[in-house]
Amino acid sequence: MNALTTMMLLPILGTLLLAVIPNDQVLRIKQAALATTLLVAASGVLAWFNFNAADTSFQFVQSVEWIPSFGINYAVGVDGLSLVLILMSVLLAPIVVLAGWNESEGGRWSTKVFYMLILVLETMMIGVFAATDVFLFYVIFEAMLIPVYFLIGGYGSGDRAAAAVKFLLYSLFGGLLMLASIIGLYVISGANGGHTFDINKLSELHNYMSSTTQNLLFLGFFIAFAIKAPLWPLHTWLPDAASSATPGTSVLLLGVLDKVGTFGMIRFCLTLFPDASKTFTPIIITLAVISIIYGAFLAIGATDIKRLIAYTSISHFGFITMGIFAMTTQGHSGATLYMFNHGFSTAALFIVAGWMAARRGSSTIADFGGLQRVTPVMAWSFFIAGMSSLALPGLSSFVSEFLVLVGTFTRYPVAAIIATFGIVLAALYILIPVQKALHGPTTPGNENLPDLNFREKIAIAPVMAIIIALGFYPAPLLNVINPASAHVLEVQGFTDPTPSEGAGK
Amino acid sequence: MEFIAPSLNYAQLAPILIVLAGALAGVLIEAFAPRASRYSSQLFVALFSLVASFAALVRVRTQTSVDAAMGSVAFDGVGVLLQGSILIIAVLSIFLIADQESFTALAASVPGSEEERDAVQSDLRVTEVFPLTLFAVAGMLLFPVASDLITLFVALEVLSLPLYLMAGLSRRRRLASQEAALKYFLLGAFSSAFFLLGIAYLFGYSGSITLAGIQASVIGGAGNDVFLLLGIAFISIGLLFKVGAVPFHAWSPDVYQGAPTAITGFMAAATKVAAFGAILRIFYVSFANAEWQWKPAMVVIAIITMVFGSVVAIAQRDVKRMLAYSSIAHAGFLLAGVIALSKTGLEASIFYLFAYGVATVGAFGIVTLVRDASGEVGDLNRWSGLGKRAPLLASAFAFFLLAFAGIPLTSGFIGKFSIFSAAYESGSTSILIAGVLSSAVAAFFYIRVIVLMFFKDPIEDGTSVVIPSALTTITITVSSVLTLILGIYPAPLIDFIATTATFIR
Repeated sequence: MNALTTMMLLPILGTLLLAVIPNDQVLRIKQAALATTLLVAASGVLAWFNFNAADTSFQFVQSVEWIPSFGINYAVGVDGLSLVLILMSVLLAPIVVLAGWNESEGGRWSTKVFYMLILVLETMMIGVFAATDVFLFYVIFEAMLIPVYFLIGGYGSGDRAAAAVKFLLYSLFGGLLMLASIIGLYVISGANGGHTFDINKLSELHNYMSSTTQNLLFLGFFIAFAIKAPLWPLHTWLPDAASSATPGTSVLLLGVLDKVGTFGMIRFCLTLFPDASKTFTPIIITLAVISIIYGAFLAIGATDIKRLIAYTSISHFGFITMGIFAMTTQGHSGATLYMFNHGFSTAALFIVAGWMAARRGSSTIADFGGLQRVTPVMAWSFFIAGMSSLALPGLSSFVSEFLVLVGTFTRYPVAAIIATFGIVLAALYILIPVQKALHGPTTPGNENLPDLNFREKIAIAPVMAIIIALGFYPAPLLNVINPASAHVLEVQGFTDPTPSEGAGK
Repeated sequence: MEFIAPSLNYAQLAPILIVLAGALAGVLIEAFAPRASRYSSQLFVALFSLVASFAALVRVRTQTSVDAAMGSVAFDGVGVLLQGSILIIAVLSIFLIADQESFTALAASVPGSEEERDAVQSDLRVTEVFPLTLFAVAGMLLFPVASDLITLFVALEVLSLPLYLMAGLSRRRRLASQEAALKYFLLGAFSSAFFLLGIAYLFGYSGSITLAGIQASVIGGAGNDVFLLLGIAFISIGLLFKVGAVPFHAWSPDVYQGAPTAITGFMAAATKVAAFGAILRIFYVSFANAEWQWKPAMVVIAIITMVFGSVVAIAQRDVKRMLAYSSIAHAGFLLAGVIALSKTGLEASIFYLFAYGVATVGAFGIVTLVRDASGEVGDLNRWSGLGKRAPLLASAFAFFLLAFAGIPLTSGFIGKFSIFSAAYESGSTSILIAGVLSSAVAAFFYIRVIVLMFFKDPIEDGTSVVIPSALTTITITVSSVLTLILGIYPAPLIDFIATTATFIR
């Protein structure tokens, strides 16, 4: 059976399994959910080893007719780009389950419903990256909002219902714009050789579009992705959603769902509308740079640890978007690697921040202090996650951030230079909470906070291992990413700028 | 003068005749059967005739002829599909109507009178609602297959008159119900007058009352175009009134709210199928070659209808009024299929009508179950926390709302996609953009209801969800399952419609 379809089916089977476990057997439910996600992660790793990085076409392909009269297929397949993101998603899922072992208990509904939503979401997370049929992608892209909506609104904290609605409305609005563009593609494909949603066939369609049409269709896709990813000024839903959701949901939201936006920019915006992408590049690079700086400033000013992490993500997504639209191979490879690394460093930050908040009963930074003495393991975990977030050399994010900046500089030096200030600001927004929360005198009330227990250590260890290992040796990932990035650019005729000699004279 | 005996093709007319016979049998039961056995025999006759009619339809589905009744009835693929949809919706509605709890004991009694109290105490039931429904169904079956204007008018009256009466049968808030009935009747009579005037003009224009004759005149272009324009305008007013398109929608919120909910569901779903069936036939057959005369106006009406319905629905505090405005918005979406004026537009409209009709009956079925001591609870605020009281029903209602909003994996999404792509394919970009934007607005109020049901705590005010009767359960289950299946795997129905849906002239 097809590797991707199997990976998508496993969580569905897990959901069915959960459905038959009685509601009160909470431990059994959690174990079943964990076992399912571990199984999916294992099959993800297996797929990783069976993947041939040298081959730039889609692999593990499967295509079954779904709605033939509209030319719609259930078609899946991965290239280096989507494989990396799928691997990230399936690795994060068991970590999220294990780290947030008890987070479903403050919810509106039962633990069972929580894990069923998580597992359904996992299927969709794999599907959204694996889809090679634009219609299938859209269906999953929209449908995955529903489980997240219920996860935020049902199990979050604070004004969770409002945050969930804001998230859903923003996303639906973007999704509907994308639907208009998809209908446009459908009609144009019908007029030029038959209705199809196959991404390979659609990538040739831009030759038949007027530039106005191409620009409009591009915008439909891009705005949807810019809301998802979130790019300034469409980011306002993210801090609310991420700070209201449970830490585990936030990890999936920031780590995986938002990546669908940046993934979509590469897979759909660039591939389907190369000319429009070039047209809009200056504007998008500008927005990305604003996101980098603006997100960083918001993070520096944040008083709530969860909101702080959400703001840092806005800054990071600015880097990723900038790397994508620099349209150089280094920029692209960097952006893809950045997506992977951001998934883990944000996961680490959010998971540890979630533990801190759960222990202290508050997520205000000022309420912490001196945690280094009281809870050394937790404090070190937060510290390493923070260092990864500010891209300290030796940790994974450094490699990707460096690649993005180098890749951007060769084409847009001014943007790259301004973005570099983002790194300085990153040092501030990470070191300030590190200083306030971890160091200094122990704030009254924190003296007896327990350190990480065994389960929590097991949950955070793999994240730390990945962050550190990939910092020293990113080659296994880059070997898969580089050919894919080069291929994406090559197909639509984007070339790297030739190094100019002017600078050296 | 020689008398020519009419030659009727009884096999092809059988679906209509069987329902009419059932209606007449119902009248006889009402007159002669003892009171105790009326309810069960009426229910039996109603169901039996609908099912028999459906069986008759299935038997003759492949025979097409213009001569089913001497040129007055065109029995063709489109007619079969629409009649089938109407019958399925009618059966589902009869199950809801069978729950007599929401009907008045004695329709003729003055609200609040001694007579009414006596009737309630002696447990009278309005079993006449069954033959009335059957008469309406017979009219609806005839409406989309009528191929001359007189037959069309007769069908319009046959379907309308029972509906006027049925709107006034509510048990609670009888004055509002009777006001709704009167309003519906007066405005309906008014629109019928317009319709007749349109017939007169078209006869003046073409010298013919058959759709084919008018088509020939339009193609020939010999007639007086002023008469044609007036004819199209007045006929359209009559038809657009029935579907509730802006600016002929004013009756629908009041009637939807005042009528017994089971009747509202029937009216909203089945009337729409029948009326849009007639609109499609007239515009696709007779006026297709005069598209420049009516298309611009129709585009404007469609856009106003979508936008108005979606925007005004936001302000609604009553679930039935909200669904009424939502149905106005859907009428606008359906007009996109009329404007498309293509085979794909026709197929998309039929699919949309069926999908929308099924979901509507299901949604109203759930509305009948939310009650307090004095009857159904329409006030949306009192629906708070319904997800806690009745998780399954609330989930089903949320699912129907998602279908109305056009979220993927529901039938509503496939309908929306196909109808908008048909409209865009025929060049109506404005329809596509207006449709997408009003869908975004509409998503807001659908989601608000979901928030109320799931994310708000129940108010202790006596609102409760009654245990549905077996028949109501069937309706809700069948509707949800159909909505889901048509969302996940619509290919069989789409293919069936594509091979069946042709007009013969």
